Amino acid sequence: MTTSQPVESVFPRLEPLLPLVRKPVQYVGGELHATVKDWDAATVRWALMYPDAYEVGQPNQGLQILYEVLNEQPDVLAERTYCVWPDLEVLMRQHGIPQFTVDAHRPVGAFDLLGVSFATELGYTNLLTALDLAGVPILAAARSDGHPIVVAGGHAAFNPEPIADFIDAAVLGDGEQAVLAITDLVRAWRAGGCAGGRAGLLAALAESGVAYVPAYYDVSYLPDGRIQRVAPNRPGVPWRVAKHTVMDLDEWPYPKRPLVPLAETVHERYSVEIFRGCTRGCRFCQAGMITRPVRERSITTVGEMVQNGIAATGFEEVGLLSLSSADHSEIGEIAKGLADRYDGENVSLSLPSTRVDAFNITLANELSRNGRRTGLTFAPEGGSERMRQVINKMVTEDDLIRTVATAYGNGWRQVKLYFMCGLPTETDEDVLSIAGMARRVIATGREAAGRKDIRCTVSIGAFVPKPHTPFQWAAQLDHESVDHRLRALRSAISHDREFGRSIGLRYHDGRPSIIEGLLSRGDRRVGAVIRLVWERGQRFDGWSEHFSFERWTEACDEVFADQPVSLDWYTTRERALSEVLPWDHLDAGLDKDWMWEDWQQALAGGEVEDCRWSPCYDCGVCPSLGTETQVGPTGRALLPLTPV
Amino acid sequence: MRMSRQPEGPPPPPVVQRLRVRYAKRGRLRFTSHRDFARAFERALRRSGVPIAFSAGFTPHPKVSYAGAAPTGVASDAEYLEIGLAAVREPAEVRAALDGALPPGLDIVEVVQAPADGGSLADRIEASAWRIVLPGVSAEAAGAALDRLLAADGAPVERLTKDGPRTVDARAVLLSARLANGSPDPEPAEVNARCATLEVVVRHSSPAVRPDDILTALRAIGALSTPVTPVVTRLAQGLVDPTSPEDARRLVDPLSEPGTVRA
Repeated sequence: MTTSQPVESVFPRLEPLLPLVRKPVQYVGGELHATVKDWDAATVRWALMYPDAYEVGQPNQGLQILYEVLNEQPDVLAERTYCVWPDLEVLMRQHGIPQFTVDAHRPVGAFDLLGVSFATELGYTNLLTALDLAGVPILAAARSDGHPIVVAGGHAAFNPEPIADFIDAAVLGDGEQAVLAITDLVRAWRAGGCAGGRAGLLAALAESGVAYVPAYYDVSYLPDGRIQRVAPNRPGVPWRVAKHTVMDLDEWPYPKRPLVPLAETVHERYSVEIFRGCTRGCRFCQAGMITRPVRERSITTVGEMVQNGIAATGFEEVGLLSLSSADHSEIGEIAKGLADRYDGENVSLSLPSTRVDAFNITLANELSRNGRRTGLTFAPEGGSERMRQVINKMVTEDDLIRTVATAYGNGWRQVKLYFMCGLPTETDEDVLSIAGMARRVIATGREAAGRKDIRCTVSIGAFVPKPHTPFQWAAQLDHESVDHRLRALRSAISHDREFGRSIGLRYHDGRPSIIEGLLSRGDRRVGAVIRLVWERGQRFDGWSEHFSFERWTEACDEVFADQPVSLDWYTTRERALSEVLPWDHLDAGLDKDWMWEDWQQALAGGEVEDCRWSPCYDCGVCPSLGTETQVGPTGRALLPLTPV
Repeated sequence: MRMSRQPEGPPPPPVVQRLRVRYAKRGRLRFTSHRDFARAFERALRRSGVPIAFSAGFTPHPKVSYAGAAPTGVASDAEYLEIGLAAVREPAEVRAALDGALPPGLDIVEVVQAPADGGSLADRIEASAWRIVLPGVSAEAAGAALDRLLAADGAPVERLTKDGPRTVDARAVLLSARLANGSPDPEPAEVNARCATLEVVVRHSSPAVRPDDILTALRAIGALSTPVTPVVTRLAQGLVDPTSPEDARRLVDPLSEPGTVRA
């Protein structure tokens, strides 16, 4: 990382290869608001990676925020890198071109830090490709002072144990302040003559509690395969590492100057997080558990961010993001204010995550005032009333039917419903009841719309139990049973002569979810499996055309052959309260006893209210992290802008 | 409330001014596809505040019409489009505003007022001039390959189109072709004794014969071998100037027509 050789752009060597690969524009950079700084003038240099293809990684809000936060520091340089597709990977290996950043095409291996944001565990193999192409040893233990410090972040970093061998550190929680804290530590370490070399810097990261450094923790196992203990192996390193929480979102109004891609990407819109955290308490939802407490961004900051963001980017869509956007205490005022402001401007607004109730139809009508009413999406998640009680998704079928009737009556033509299959205690009947719900949706919708050409699409995915949720102890349903239930559901829908043709069913087979389950709740022993599948060519696990279930199962069989664990052991096995979970030393603020009680409540069909509007139920986050729920209303309104 | 088939409210303001735009795709941004450029251009319109007119209907589209597009990976100094504005603006101001709103490498070269009754932009374009730089190829080898192609009666090249494989004749549409003397200006450093440059003028056809097809023909008929990926640039588009020499056809700038107001 302290290179004496000049760091040159690899672009002149890359350029002749670009006509030979698919969608070369994704590798050239040059986007509006991309930042290129003088290499030699920077004290601390970050390469930021989203471990998937550019088209998925570029719109990632987290990475763009950190890119801007870091580049605003005068002596800090941050550039972005994404996973290259196999066609370019082959050519890069042939021509000796290293993993590069898209901003200045600098070799990733020359940076001080490589920050990788894992929204999902399915990016793990792509991390290995990038490290290997960068000339950075895949195993952290084999790296020396000249190599970047590899830091994992994102939701998957709340259990980084499966990739503990490959990363130097992991950051839990919000990144804005954490990346600056890490930068400070690197700067100080530099100023102190790089005392202790790489190990000295990692020790400083670990001791400060800013990051989790897996190498400074030893894991021991019981003869039956369970973990016996996870303990620090170095004085001064904390027993538990806590997540970072940005308490005042109004102080961090990023992105201010979002990157505008030239290539086509999965989301092309200006997105504003209107709040972080969620206390709805859906028991399957890792995001809702690990991002607590709820912190709202004020209506005025949201309004300013949208105004600046649209002016700076020229995007024609604004996304109001959060885990359940209609829950913002002033969402009605925000939606109306923005719709008034952009009346006749061809700027559309969207609320990606909304709950099922009639209020949302009013909101959706407001948001689509100047546009088409094509489709609305709701997520009941469970098909039967009983199933929804188990997962604490408190919506009744009558609520849903009332909501969709209002939607169809207001001119919406299509309603999309999201469900999960394989939830704890689920039976075949629970899944089949989705067909009944869809039939009622169509029957009610035809009546409300007064026409027959309405549709309902049921989208269903397999449930994967996640760390730091009340379902972290649950057995994952095997993929054969998931597939069996989905086939039965498909058959029930397609045999419905009256409504079947108005109902679409979208589902994926259950096998990738089993691998996601392995990577989600795995421990350090899973690292060898990741490495073996990667060596055998596994890449882009989130893409069905690149995913190979057989390669994963074969690697599990080989790696675990003489161990008491297996793919099933990690996935379809229910855990007991007494078991040490691989992530128990990583603190999301949630009280483990509360989570266990909530798991027991789930099995008993009990529900928990949202603590924003009802008394605290002691999930543990606020007292343990010194935080509190921050909910409006502020009582302010958004003024329409006067055109100049 | 029932939604109607037409949006409520008054129709969008009509087009009161048509402007013709010449733009360039240069350097690394030559890897943008036509769709990439179109998205970038429409966002630049919004950022720059140019009063673009929109079509009516539930999904209003900005009034932009593109006249062909260079293939992805091919640079161009001469791409054209036409925009309709809802308010009258000075063409030079529009040029500066749009160029300022686009990333460097996507450059607005020239903006002129469209002639009131001068026909469409497409009527002013029938051929393209391409420069093909061949790194690692000597002028002798390139010249010999070119001679063999020019001497051939036809040069069938198979290409995969959206409708499946199609055969185009790369010779029939080749209006003129020559070995360029000296080095092309923009990258003199890259040019040495083993870097030949061709300039070819190709008539537009359907399906189009692209520079790649010319190169394929040069390889197949002219026995050309290209060790490094050639670099192609569209230099000009327009109608063929009948007074130009047969071995080096010139094209008439489609924006410099009589009756056109220059920016």
